[in-house]
Amino acid sequence: MTIGAARELLDGEVVLVGVGPPNAAANLARRLDAPGCVLVYESGAIGARPQRLPLSIGDDDLAAGAQDLVSVPEMFNYWIGGGRIDVGFLGASQIDRFGNINTTTIGDYDKPKVRLPGAGGAPEIARSAGRVIVLLRHSPRSFVGEVDFVTSVGRELDGASNGAPGSAVITDLGILRPSPDDGELELVALHPGVELADVREATGWPLRVRDPLEVTEPVTERELTELRALRVSSEED
Amino acid sequence: MRKAGSIQPLPEAVAALVRDGSFVSLEGFTHLIPFAAGHELLRQGLTDLTVVRLTPDVLFDQMIGLGRVQRVIFSYGGNPGVGSLHRFRDAVEHGWPRPIELLEHSHAGLANAYVAGASNLPFGLLRGYAGTDLPEHNDDVAFIDCPFTGEKLTAVRAINPDVTIIHAQQADRQGNVQLWGLSGVQKEAVLAARHAIVTVEEVVEELAPRPRAVVLPAWVLDAVCHVPNGAWPSYAADFSVRDNGFYSEWDAISRDRDRFTQWMEDNVLAADAPVGAPVAAQ
Repeated sequence: MTIGAARELLDGEVVLVGVGPPNAAANLARRLDAPGCVLVYESGAIGARPQRLPLSIGDDDLAAGAQDLVSVPEMFNYWIGGGRIDVGFLGASQIDRFGNINTTTIGDYDKPKVRLPGAGGAPEIARSAGRVIVLLRHSPRSFVGEVDFVTSVGRELDGASNGAPGSAVITDLGILRPSPDDGELELVALHPGVELADVREATGWPLRVRDPLEVTEPVTERELTELRALRVSSEED
Repeated sequence: MRKAGSIQPLPEAVAALVRDGSFVSLEGFTHLIPFAAGHELLRQGLTDLTVVRLTPDVLFDQMIGLGRVQRVIFSYGGNPGVGSLHRFRDAVEHGWPRPIELLEHSHAGLANAYVAGASNLPFGLLRGYAGTDLPEHNDDVAFIDCPFTGEKLTAVRAINPDVTIIHAQQADRQGNVQLWGLSGVQKEAVLAARHAIVTVEEVVEELAPRPRAVVLPAWVLDAVCHVPNGAWPSYAADFSVRDNGFYSEWDAISRDRDRFTQWMEDNVLAADAPVGAPVAAQ
């Protein structure tokens, strides 16, 4: 998933990064074919050049090498809300067929089965970024017919334009993108060795499949080497 | 009105400015989190608090787990990079040790509510919230029409805490404060509040001007308290590094009600608990 996400980024794009896999993906992309990607963290770091993978978006290492540090209101009003982000990464607990994302509660809001962290910066990233990349493991618990709570709106997922591949949901099984017709997510590629039936089984709605269905390129030696190098430099710290 | 901004001990500042039921902002966006001051609130037994912060992490988890919080205003209630806040979840999911009220925003919404508060305006303005389920559960969000274009925009009610508490790197002897690095929403939180307390890493004769630093003049502050390492396990750029190990350990400490309670008793509430110094995690 990390490598798949790294491949989505074009050189020179401004990328809003969260912690975890998105962070690894964006930093990996900078080591591979998108060395000119500008990394922005909602904590206020613009043009960050972290030497290791930060645990949190506020790590000291993030701030140290950044081109600028801005306040949180400035970050959301001028940089994110102002439309200066090309690609935004989002995580999710649940996603539906139109890409609506839930990170608030599983079950009823007032009597939740599981209380999740909540919105954070996600609704504005979904709304304002040129395109959105969602990283999520494929399972019927996550890919649901209807999300329990709409934290971030999926119809903001944009299609392909200006040579960029458009919004994507990248899973451990394949890649989904919004249909150009009505925005419903459709499976556009399987990872090597994955069967279509596996994806259908792990999706909680009747899944649309694009024709022709592609297979993603196998992971290259170079991608693996750089990903390992990135992880090693983080663990050594 | 001009304020004193005098340098004084933290316990005195808290005792003078915070009451049971106060509306308290403890800001810090993963950097400069006022842990030591938050712990002083707990040691003084303050309760029924309404607390506000964009990212209520381990500090609010501790306050909620001890039952001192009545209402939380927030936009992201997780342990960054680790996962859930177990005490927060236990209070919301099971009402332990008491139920808490939630008022929940997005970061952009809550940041603009502080901006409005600091500007002495009734509401902040942004796009956003439309299409989400957030406004249904938050009466402080409303939609208005732009008087110039007719566009539907989002209004968020201003935040004006009784007291804002933050941590910073430096103060001078007159009580002027300077902080730098990731500055979050602290300036807005201080200017939005009726009263403000700042804990600092060091007190110097004179503040040397720094590029991109946030300066808070003594006359917008009520109290400045010298509390070295007062952000631990968070950090103060150029003074300490984030104790990522502790944030990970907190996951295990906070998972179990008894272990949590004992840990707080030993490391925060005990008369000899160190103020602002790292405590050995179990």
